[in-house]
Amino acid sequence: MARKKESPSQTAGPYVHIGLTPNFTGIRGVYASDLGKETGAAGSDAITLTGTVYDGAGEAVRDCLIEFSQSDGKGSTKLSKVGRKTGKFTGFARVPVNLKTGEFRLKTVKPGMVAGPGGSLQAPHVTAWIVARGVNIGLHTRIYFADEADANAADPVLSLVPKSRRKTLIAEKVAKNRYRIDIRLQGEDETVFFDA
Amino acid sequence: MAKETRRAQTATAKPGAVFPLRDRKWHPKAYDPGYRSSILRSPKKKLVMIPQTASELAGPVFGHDLIGNKDNDLITNFARSGKSAIGERIIVHGRVLDEQGRGVPDCLVEIWQANAGGRYRHVNESYIAPLDPDFGGCGRTLTASDGSYRFATIRPGPYPWPNGPNDWRPAHIHFSLFGQAFTQRLITQMYFEGDPLIPRCPIVRTIKDPKAIQQLVAKLDMDGTKPMDSLAYRFDIVLRGARSTLFENRLEGN
Repeated sequence: MARKKESPSQTAGPYVHIGLTPNFTGIRGVYASDLGKETGAAGSDAITLTGTVYDGAGEAVRDCLIEFSQSDGKGSTKLSKVGRKTGKFTGFARVPVNLKTGEFRLKTVKPGMVAGPGGSLQAPHVTAWIVARGVNIGLHTRIYFADEADANAADPVLSLVPKSRRKTLIAEKVAKNRYRIDIRLQGEDETVFFDA
Repeated sequence: MAKETRRAQTATAKPGAVFPLRDRKWHPKAYDPGYRSSILRSPKKKLVMIPQTASELAGPVFGHDLIGNKDNDLITNFARSGKSAIGERIIVHGRVLDEQGRGVPDCLVEIWQANAGGRYRHVNESYIAPLDPDFGGCGRTLTASDGSYRFATIRPGPYPWPNGPNDWRPAHIHFSLFGQAFTQRLITQMYFEGDPLIPRCPIVRTIKDPKAIQQLVAKLDMDGTKPMDSLAYRFDIVLRGARSTLFENRLEGN
């Protein structure tokens, strides 16, 4: 049978929140809470990852929404279902950036090492998927951690990225359990985006 | 896993890939100056090709307890008691399939749209058409075992938007879809058969192949209508398909 073609992507537009995080944009009473509002991370293991997404003119992209997915602290990707109950770690978060400042904030745990190709182990990383007005197809990137220098140096995916651009994927540690990374859609220091 | 993956590999895929590569010529390019917002929001450097590891092949699994019984009924899910949304009542239904034509079960389908006057319920929205106090504009459902889904809603209105001097969006419904793997994640839009604004729309025109555009046009489906109640539109959606069945991130033969 002839293969079907994947449905073509279209931009999520500026009002993506209505569909994906309605409570965030003031549509209350339809869903009890916004999907992916919490990863389920709690306690002393929790880390916070913040940053801003910028366009090619250096303006914050204030209407964008980011989905994060990752392993748990031990590197497992077989995680709890995303359902009505919260509190268990799902590895999934949906984060609309602040509509005024453009900053995102993700509370999660530091991921463990996930298997890579050929029996390798990958450095701890969070997968991110970015949609916004003007983004015609969701942008896929990863966030690594600056305090994992040895693991980063051996990472099979980072090694596919030209050396000069790897820093665009690495979050700085700004305090205990706090990391920061800015994402640049275009321009100097453009973030590396993937095709997988 | 590696051995099975090698067996499954074909000429169109990178070694080790479970999903054939995305056809980036079928999708819109990131940069399309006809759609003004894409100019500064499009990466200029080439995407870096990476292998499909557990990080790309995993994805959130959604529990059925997530879905409330009115979640797929936009006519009433925001309405005041005894009221319903204003507009042409329609059913939007179809199947979520993969590229091999298999139904995708338990796929979370989320939709959002403007009201019958073309106005969105959003803090940043300023179009002069009024809000409908009984219409929120969001809905969601999980597909059945054969990939089928169904929404009750109202037909959204077209609306003008700041792009060129006089650009109008055709009536459309936004669709967000999760398959079983992160690599299948997709957001797109559904249009309505016969809408003369479709070929004029700069966002539609980011898609270059007319056959690809047709894939986003829902067809009037008289067999699916509810007589004396709602017209129906049929809209099938295709997600990337794994060459082998994905089961708990392991390949189960071919």
